[in-house]
Amino acid sequence: MEEFLRILTQSAGEILAPTTAAFAIAAIGLNLHFGYTGLLNMGQAGFMLLGAYGFGITLTLGGPIWLAFLIAIAAGVVFALLLGMPTLQLRGDYLAIVTISAAEIVRWFGRSTLWQEWTGGASGLQGRYYKDPFHALSFLPEGRFALGPFEYINTGSDSWFTRIFAWGLVALVLIFVWLITRSPWGRVLKGIREDEDAVRALGKSVYSYKLQALVLGGAIGALAGVVYAIPLAISPDSMGGRTMTFFVWTVLLLGGAATVFGPVLGSMIFFTAYMFMRTGMRALSEDTAVGNVISTTQVEYIGGMLVGITLMCLVIFRPQGILGNKKELAFNVR
Amino acid sequence: MSVDETTTARSTSLADVAHEPGAAKPDPILVADHVVRRFGGMTAVDVDHLEVQEGVITALIGPNGAGKTTFFNLLTGFDTPNTGEWTFQGRSLSGKSGAAVAKAGVVRTFQLTKALGRLTVLQNMLLASRDNPGENLWLSWLPFLWKKHEADSTEKAMEILARFKLDTKANDYAGSLSGGQRKLLEMARALMTDPTMIMLDEPMAGVNPALVQSLLGHVQALRDEGMTVLFVEHDMHAVRHISDWVVVMAEGRIVAEGPPSSVMKDEAVVDAYLGAHHDTDLGDDSLLDPAVLARYEAEEEER
Ligand SMILES: Nc1ncnc2c1ncn2[C@@H]1O[C@H](COP(=O)(O)OP(=O)(O)OP(=O)(O)O)[C@@H](O)[C@H]1O
Ligand SMILES: [Mg+2]
Repeated sequence: MEEFLRILTQSAGEILAPTTAAFAIAAIGLNLHFGYTGLLNMGQAGFMLLGAYGFGITLTLGGPIWLAFLIAIAAGVVFALLLGMPTLQLRGDYLAIVTISAAEIVRWFGRSTLWQEWTGGASGLQGRYYKDPFHALSFLPEGRFALGPFEYINTGSDSWFTRIFAWGLVALVLIFVWLITRSPWGRVLKGIREDEDAVRALGKSVYSYKLQALVLGGAIGALAGVVYAIPLAISPDSMGGRTMTFFVWTVLLLGGAATVFGPVLGSMIFFTAYMFMRTGMRALSEDTAVGNVISTTQVEYIGGMLVGITLMCLVIFRPQGILGNKKELAFNVR
Repeated sequence: MSVDETTTARSTSLADVAHEPGAAKPDPILVADHVVRRFGGMTAVDVDHLEVQEGVITALIGPNGAGKTTFFNLLTGFDTPNTGEWTFQGRSLSGKSGAAVAKAGVVRTFQLTKALGRLTVLQNMLLASRDNPGENLWLSWLPFLWKKHEADSTEKAMEILARFKLDTKANDYAGSLSGGQRKLLEMARALMTDPTMIMLDEPMAGVNPALVQSLLGHVQALRDEGMTVLFVEHDMHAVRHISDWVVVMAEGRIVAEGPPSSVMKDEAVVDAYLGAHHDTDLGDDSLLDPAVLARYEAEEEER
């Protein structure tokens, strides 16, 4: 029983974890791409990794923190322009192919020895090089603080300050995206999602709108990478991989594409469930006869598989997600 | 000036025009030259010269596969020709994108309807409104800059929707409309842009006869307000009823031009449709009789 409570607490802790916030932001960016504009970005992890590198490297080289954020955003913008300009004239599927391969290219460049001096190569960029300037921003006093069962240090990697910052950023990005998408500008994006030729026939420059959406969502993805990297380290394999991209997709589709709060709710539910599943299975495998069938090392793999299955089931059975409007999809699923 | 007088004025404006393919018009608003589009070895469009008179209703007719839709696509920037150039109001439009053509004032509808399913009917209409400041990203998050434009457009949209009997559907998703309603929405949406010239690809297909009557009247009213209309239609009665001029296409070429009363008796036109030299009129009701059609087909076989 005590064990079960521990697992529950640990899972509930994920609701406000910095990683959950990072994925919420990444999914908000992807929502702008896919949910509103219908762009198939299969490389959101590439945007995240680039943003993290931009942030980490600037600070490692001694740049000020505002510049680090600016460079992270600029990295996302440039990446989006590079990918979007040649492909957005073409049919939608091409963007998917290009983004998935470009994200891989970023990861391989990151782990190569080419720019090892800055990126740290395959082992990545350790947090100690860039965390101090971030922690210096903290306005919290020294010490620890406990909120019910959740106790963290005030300032540090896995701290209250990181949480406040991460969720503050979620709120900012959310308000920004809500403001721009409820406007006539957002209506044009939705029109493009439905049928870009129809929108073109009404005299709107579809290419320009698609590029704007790709750039904004990409810049938001880069910011998500920063939030993800702050409490951890920047490692190309864990952050820039396809798994990361598919987690972001799962988060978005779980919460509901083209909804305002979908990405946030999706991220919270996803990580709570993911943590519950893994810690639960690990406990079972350690303490009960289940251990004879599933060893603790297999838990991670099974967890990954279950995420894949969840994504498939979502797309098949509830493509509108939790917050999605059933009526809106009723006539468009098939 | 009464509607009758304007109609007479329109008819006289075309009175001296020769009844032949590529005839010169007194005030051409759209002029196309040497427009050729090939798909593989097949020539879908081969229009040597066409002038469309300003401020009148021109019908573009022809059998299935004649190249009407392809010609529309070319003129409106949705397809690229192998050769050819065309001008609108004296300015070249060849090579311009679909959006640029629409901005120049030529708005088209599609034969295969393009309703924006997961937008409401009203949102479909508002999307068409021109120069909305809220469609600029930088201004989009400041509602006070575009609220007024939205309110004005909404009022205008509701007026047009009422005319198309879609006002009760304003807040339904366009994806829930029936096929005919989608056709209507698309036409209403095109009108929302205040086009100088509107190009309709089979606007009456699937629309109920009573509404067709009222819409035809509406199209005539738009013409009388100065809009130029070019439309593709298979319904000969609609063509005869409202068009001031008819252009006939067959196998990619323009084979005849003339006022509706005479062009349907034109030998080349009857040929194009029925494939043989028949002494008949395409507007003739006898063509609705299967027996008559079967006889024509049998005669054609014998040749
Ligand atoms: N994308 C395409 N690829 C190949 N052939 C095409 C293409 N589009 C049209 N065609 C061919 O061009 C010819 C003209 O087609 P188009 O759609 O312009 O005819 P239409 O006059 O609009 O006919 P309908 O009255 O049936 O709508 C047809 O023979 C068609 O098969
Ligand atoms: Mg056609």
